[in-house]
Amino acid sequence: MVMNLTKPALPSDDRRWKIVNATMRRHGYSPHSLIEALHTVQEIFGYLDTVALKYVAVSLHVPLSKVYGVATFYNFFTLKPQGEHTCVVCMGTACYIKGAPQILEAIESIVKIQPGETTPDRKVSLVSARCFGSCGLAPAVVFDGEVAAKVTPAAATEKIRRWMQS
Amino acid sequence: MTPEELHKVAETELESRQQIDHTLCVCTAAGCVSTHSDKVKEALEKEIEKHGLKEKCKVKGVGCMGLCMAGPLVSVERTGALYQMVKAEDAAAIVENLGKPPVQRLLCDTAQPFFSRQKKIVLENSGVVDAERIEEYIAAKGYEALLEALTSMNPAQVIEQVTKSGLRGRGGAGFPTGLKWGTVAKARGDRKFVICNADEGDPGAFMDRSVLESDPHRVLEGMAVGGYAVGASQGYIYVRAEYPLAVKRLKDAIKQAERLGLLGHSIFGTTFSFNIEVRLGAGAFVCGEETALIASVEGKRGQPRPRPPFPAERGLWNSPTLINNVETFANIPPIIRNGGEWFAGIGTEKGKGTKVFALAGRVNNTGLIEVPMGVTLREIIFDIGGGIPDGKKFKAVQTGGPSGGCIPEQFLDMPVDYESLAKAGSIMGSGGMIVMDETSCMVDVAKFFMEFCMTESCGKCVPCRVGTKQMYQLLCKISDGTATAADQVMLEELCDVVKNTSLCGLGMTAPNPVLSTLRYFRDEFMAHIHDRRCPAGVCKIGKEQVATV
Repeated sequence: MVMNLTKPALPSDDRRWKIVNATMRRHGYSPHSLIEALHTVQEIFGYLDTVALKYVAVSLHVPLSKVYGVATFYNFFTLKPQGEHTCVVCMGTACYIKGAPQILEAIESIVKIQPGETTPDRKVSLVSARCFGSCGLAPAVVFDGEVAAKVTPAAATEKIRRWMQS
Repeated sequence: MTPEELHKVAETELESRQQIDHTLCVCTAAGCVSTHSDKVKEALEKEIEKHGLKEKCKVKGVGCMGLCMAGPLVSVERTGALYQMVKAEDAAAIVENLGKPPVQRLLCDTAQPFFSRQKKIVLENSGVVDAERIEEYIAAKGYEALLEALTSMNPAQVIEQVTKSGLRGRGGAGFPTGLKWGTVAKARGDRKFVICNADEGDPGAFMDRSVLESDPHRVLEGMAVGGYAVGASQGYIYVRAEYPLAVKRLKDAIKQAERLGLLGHSIFGTTFSFNIEVRLGAGAFVCGEETALIASVEGKRGQPRPRPPFPAERGLWNSPTLINNVETFANIPPIIRNGGEWFAGIGTEKGKGTKVFALAGRVNNTGLIEVPMGVTLREIIFDIGGGIPDGKKFKAVQTGGPSGGCIPEQFLDMPVDYESLAKAGSIMGSGGMIVMDETSCMVDVAKFFMEFCMTESCGKCVPCRVGTKQMYQLLCKISDGTATAADQVMLEELCDVVKNTSLCGLGMTAPNPVLSTLRYFRDEFMAHIHDRRCPAGVCKIGKEQVATV
């Protein structure tokens, strides 16, 4: 069946949309590529905003409700912009029994936010993760993409303080 | 690529190694990278250049060597010396001592049980080959199993060998792999698919991540052999987005294999074609369940559906689909190379071969190990694992993640295989093994896992969605010291309901951590409920802590 489907225009002249479009094109704009497309958006924009969700929905011919459903079903996707720095505390079993809750508590006490939130000045985002497989080095915390092994509450708060002062 | 060309690649690689006097292998799997092994590698390269040894010495990045707690690890090929906790500053000493006795202060004892008690099949190349170069894998007999399968066996013979080997699914359920392959091969359909489940969602498990980072081609080869056996020409690897290094190495490995014609059209000049694509997970534990995983590959929310029909008959896009775990596929190349009987000779009567475990928690040697089926938990924890640190007392070992249970001391001498773990109220699971000592409160542990299952429940079926939340709230009450004896009865009743009425494995196994802790550590529950105290001193009894989630 030949379908004469016009592709929607890019949401803005921001060149990054071309990368999103390229991902969808590589999969022939198939609805199956929804998760791949959302991964690309999040990778280059940092989060999924309404504009992006709508653009992906129209391009892949998937109802916006379904796109929203997928975006909110998976923990990895975030609909809110992240702070300048991101701190991910692993709360997997190995980290948990080696003191991850104490680390999280210590961090919460200085940033005054809960996991999943960003400080009002947009400096720090705090995330608690399920497990990133660094169990041999528990407890582990990821500071801006860099995994730190055998972290203590003091070391973690020290790092966050430096972020907040920068 | 022709068979001759494959052998030529291996020969060239082995010859080029003859030119090198010393090779330093630096672990570049995620564990050691997080202790900055990349900087160690750079420093070693600089040092070699400084000494003008570039022609004779080489530094290569290799996969996981297992002993993550002693990272970064550097090994010297040929002499077998292993250095631990290497820092960039140590590079000079290491390079200066090449060809001389090794640097004593950095030396890691390779005769210790952690190394000597293991048996490596899946991990045979981990820590030995450079995961980023296909040539190294080929030199280590890589893709020979695929060659043999395609050129001298028919699909039925491949399945026969897998059946003979007695290999069972390494994702945790232990379904006989040969039987599964046979079912998919017999299923009718225009197209069939192969899926590799690399959505290692169990907290405390990192076996699959290590295999993918250390030896990605082994998994690709296993999948291609599977594709040939069942008649599929397209494969997908569903891997967690939380494992960026594994994703990168997999994607690179696929490109390399395609470039050499080991994936793609008419492999080895036969009529068999096979392509593999990577699909990223997005952080949903339930996607480890096969029907949920298939929904996710299709770009949908990862919600399971009732089985039957099983994916072997109707899976991805309603076509027959072979779905196996990373470790299962990684076992295939050696089975084809050495024959099913060889594999069946290892392990116990019902559990053949080896199993990779991720050893973590309160144990001295944390890291990745591979042992024959049938070794005892005591051997794993006290010999290989080196016992409990700080003179503390062993309390329990948790296997199988949120679907498993806690095994107490009285079962330490039980041989590890699918049946015995199930008998003890736990499951083999994918291989996470978390050791707990007296500082862990079992009520708190049960609460931890229930919180996990509650948040990860996909919400499709009521018993799991509502039941896990109710059980979590009851566990919170117990841990707060506000529970009554009636709450405990209710908890046990709920365990029974959720276990028997949930749609998929997540709900059916969610009560396991509670059931096993109640079975073996009932006195701890009693202390919380009747005496209002936490024997381990973990729970904040008395303080305000209301379940609001």
